[in-house]
Amino acid sequence: MATVELRFSAQPEHVRTARLVAAAVARRAGVNEAVLDEVRLAVGEACSRAVGLHRSNGVTTPIRVVLTEEEKAFSIEVGDEVPGAGVAAADAVGVPGARSAAPAEDFDDADGEDEMGLAVIRGLVDDVEVSAGADGGTIRMSWPTSPADILS
Amino acid sequence: MDLSLSTRTVTGVGGDRTVVEVGGEIDVYTAPKLREQLVELVNDGSYHLVVDMEGVDFLDSTGLGVLVGGLKRVRAHEGSLRLVCNQERILKIFRITGLTKVFPIHTSVDEAVNAVD
Repeated sequence: MATVELRFSAQPEHVRTARLVAAAVARRAGVNEAVLDEVRLAVGEACSRAVGLHRSNGVTTPIRVVLTEEEKAFSIEVGDEVPGAGVAAADAVGVPGARSAAPAEDFDDADGEDEMGLAVIRGLVDDVEVSAGADGGTIRMSWPTSPADILS
Repeated sequence: MDLSLSTRTVTGVGGDRTVVEVGGEIDVYTAPKLREQLVELVNDGSYHLVVDMEGVDFLDSTGLGVLVGGLKRVRAHEGSLRLVCNQERILKIFRITGLTKVFPIHTSVDEAVNAVD
């Protein structure tokens, strides 16, 4: 069962809220302080991407963020409801070196932000899965926790 | 925290440089404000920009996209866009995305305004 579940309408201003909540829950779960910046950035990237997908596809349902404290890990799932959106993403993430092959100058304001967001997530998080389904895509990320840190 | 922006002109060894001091968080919500500022500067004829990121608390790929967009705009006018940043957590994002090879990153505004290609 999720420790904390968050749903927010696909508006850019709510992404910051998702970052703050995710970082707070991750800290409580025992994620190392040094890694919290990465959690914040990764969840922000995943949510920004979901917001962009919903808006560009005219999807009015909320973005879903599920934060789960597991025995030795803390996981975050960010789900969009754009069918098939994760497929391209899974391809992009699944090809090692694809990012470095594309010149960074190719990214302009709007173009390629999605890809750059995924590149950031991929670069930050060791354990990340991007999946797609008929109901939408999910980015699942997890970080190890150290219970001893909670007491200190 | 919201985004704060202020600009000033500093004369360096290579001529006038427009320093854009950015503070707060650059994300999907605030990045459009930074984009507007950069577009406005270029439209007004400022083609040599120095973006001071020392006051930035958070930067994501949306912000990177805006900076890359700014770089493209100034380059179209033979201009330059230099960054000032010493914060490891911000520099890390540039490294992950390979953008350290695209942007000249300086340790101080003074160094950036006096840099010449």
